[in-house]
Amino acid sequence: MTGTSELSAFEGFLSRHLIGIQGLSPLEINYLLNLADDYVELNRRADKKNDILRGRTQINLFFESSTRTQSSFELAGKRLGADVMNMNLSTSSINKGETLVDTAVTLNAMNPDLLVVRHGSSGAVSLLSQKVSCAVLNAGDGSHEHPTQALLDALTIRRAKGKLQGLRVAICGDIVHSRVARSNILLLQAMGATVNLVGPRTMLPKSFEGLGVHCFHDMQSGLEGCDIVMMLRIQNERMDSAYIPSLREYFHLYGLDYEKLKFAKQDALVMHPGPMNRGVEIDSILADDPEKSLIAEQVEMGVAVRMAVLEALAKNLPNGSENGGTA
Amino acid sequence: MRAITNTRLFDPASGLDEIGAIVFNDEGIIACGSDIRPPSDASIIDGTGLVTTPGLVDMQVFIGEPGEEYRETLATASQAAAAGGVTTMIMMPDTQPVIDDAALVDYISRRARGTALVNVHPMAGITKGLNGEMMNEFGLLHEAGAVAFTDGSRSVMNARIMQKAMSYAANFNALIMHHAIDTNLVGDGVMNEGELAIRLGLSGIAVIAETIMIERDIRLVEATGARYHVAQISSRESIDIIRQAKDKGLPVTCGVSANHLMLNQNDVENYRTFAKLMPPLRTEEDRQALIEAIADGTIDVIVSGHNPQGEDAKRRPFGEAEFGSIGVETLLAAGLTLHHEIEVPLTRLIAAMSTTPAKLLGLSAGALTIGHPADLALIDIDAPWIVDADNLHSRSRNAAIEGRKVQGKVMKTIVSGKIVCENND
Repeated sequence: MTGTSELSAFEGFLSRHLIGIQGLSPLEINYLLNLADDYVELNRRADKKNDILRGRTQINLFFESSTRTQSSFELAGKRLGADVMNMNLSTSSINKGETLVDTAVTLNAMNPDLLVVRHGSSGAVSLLSQKVSCAVLNAGDGSHEHPTQALLDALTIRRAKGKLQGLRVAICGDIVHSRVARSNILLLQAMGATVNLVGPRTMLPKSFEGLGVHCFHDMQSGLEGCDIVMMLRIQNERMDSAYIPSLREYFHLYGLDYEKLKFAKQDALVMHPGPMNRGVEIDSILADDPEKSLIAEQVEMGVAVRMAVLEALAKNLPNGSENGGTA
Repeated sequence: MRAITNTRLFDPASGLDEIGAIVFNDEGIIACGSDIRPPSDASIIDGTGLVTTPGLVDMQVFIGEPGEEYRETLATASQAAAAGGVTTMIMMPDTQPVIDDAALVDYISRRARGTALVNVHPMAGITKGLNGEMMNEFGLLHEAGAVAFTDGSRSVMNARIMQKAMSYAANFNALIMHHAIDTNLVGDGVMNEGELAIRLGLSGIAVIAETIMIERDIRLVEATGARYHVAQISSRESIDIIRQAKDKGLPVTCGVSANHLMLNQNDVENYRTFAKLMPPLRTEEDRQALIEAIADGTIDVIVSGHNPQGEDAKRRPFGEAEFGSIGVETLLAAGLTLHHEIEVPLTRLIAAMSTTPAKLLGLSAGALTIGHPADLALIDIDAPWIVDADNLHSRSRNAAIEGRKVQGKVMKTIVSGKIVCENND
């Protein structure tokens, strides 16, 4: 990426929205990661603010509640100088008459610049983006994508291992329901990493093989040769719907502890998108082990990555700095 | 008295396929053949270059009346049907209230006679309230005019209830039409199971949800002798099961929707909710197998599965949107497009959309038979057009084949000897 200033016009982030990792080029991904790297430094200073988004309105529209992701986006927007508003519309509280499209049209009339959306249905954020004139950032849609999670995971890995290319990453757990897994698969593959998926067959159906990943149903073979072991959160309701018989059996077979981590490379590092179920998918002491765990680092990278994405999207707004605007 | 002259008379029931004339009045068909000269007082319709077939019998049409008139009324559905050469609609019972009572069957029939341009025959529920628990009064419903029994878009999950219903229906030689899919296996599924569903993050519906139910039902047919019809099949595996049942001589038949012959699961890419159908669109291999099964007669009937949905029901995230597509107006064109593009024999297609459903339901329709009501479609089988829901007659616009090129246009539709739709393009 360095020494190509003539080509800089072709770098940067080209899309109007960030709906998913699907469709992003490795150049765009690298651009966002590099930008985020700079923000990591800013965030560690006493004065963490700049004014890139001054005057901009950012609405965090969460149809599924999530304290962590929402605060991360809120902090990111505020550090860039935007006016940030949080709207929590957990599905049960939405007025029955109002559809997602109605909500989108209503909000759009308030002229926001950046809309950060989380929704429980796959494809919902894309649908919403078709109905508004601002930039839309997917903060997780159903089991589809969670692009900023994948970007922050990639940044965390890149800073810990110095690269993404050539690494082998295991993603373990409830793959079929996981938007984190899907976005990570797409991003890691785009950046030249190899992905192992590990989980019981109920949570890792055969069709995943079509995505060019390696599927395993036991931790020993799945973790072999891995540089990174990424654990996913188990939802309690999975037992009701017969995906697993019990949490203790799940932890016995798939929960990550020091014993199972030995199957991976000696210098393998552990990740988790949070919030963790300690003792269900990951051993509590391992999760807190600074030698092995990148979990706290992931949270830090989250803010930086979201700042980078907000900046990139704001630039592409019709009245953004790349388009002759004053912001 | 009327006559269509110089027309290609096409009747799968008798094998007739020749240029000639057909003479009819409000009472019925009077004469038909190459050597017929219409009487001098007949009003003549010139059928030069056009094909005259028995009007279509669409065996699966959802109509919102009573209860959901914003989706479709008997009047609007019948206008769409007439524009598409469909002279008889077989109406699904999942209205509000559901059709599970003789008085309602009677009401629908009267209401249709008063407001609809084409014939409408209601089906009644297999079970009361379509809830799969208590058998309906097949005898009374049958006498009131219910032509078959189905729980609409619901499955009868309890095998014992289905066994009793089949056994009892056999008393009347009544046809049981089943939405054969295992509800538990469907779960929260919204599209075909497989790699595409994985990529889109949508819950899949496995083929076994369909095959397990069809296999169960076929065992029950063996035990009870009931006449049994699968409303729609969607997969290659189901075709094999039906074929085996037929080879055994069991009274088993099945249908497929025109949409499943035109589209495959890739049409749901980008979360296109208009292509969210039940059963779901499957793979291209499945679609090819379904077309072959129409050609070889394993699949007996092509239906529209006409299921009008308001805009609010479809303009939603894929998982939350309603299933279904309109199609009664495009049924014939979709079928003829298969004839043009893939050379499915015309006689198989017209039989599947007219002759066979009429026969299964015991209707005097689906054939150019002297004495039958003159329900006819006069068709330009080559005329190309593009499906544009804005120009269709349904009250709803959720056409899965929106934007598709089709070939075959209805020029006149005649019901009981009267012209109910005329295309003057």
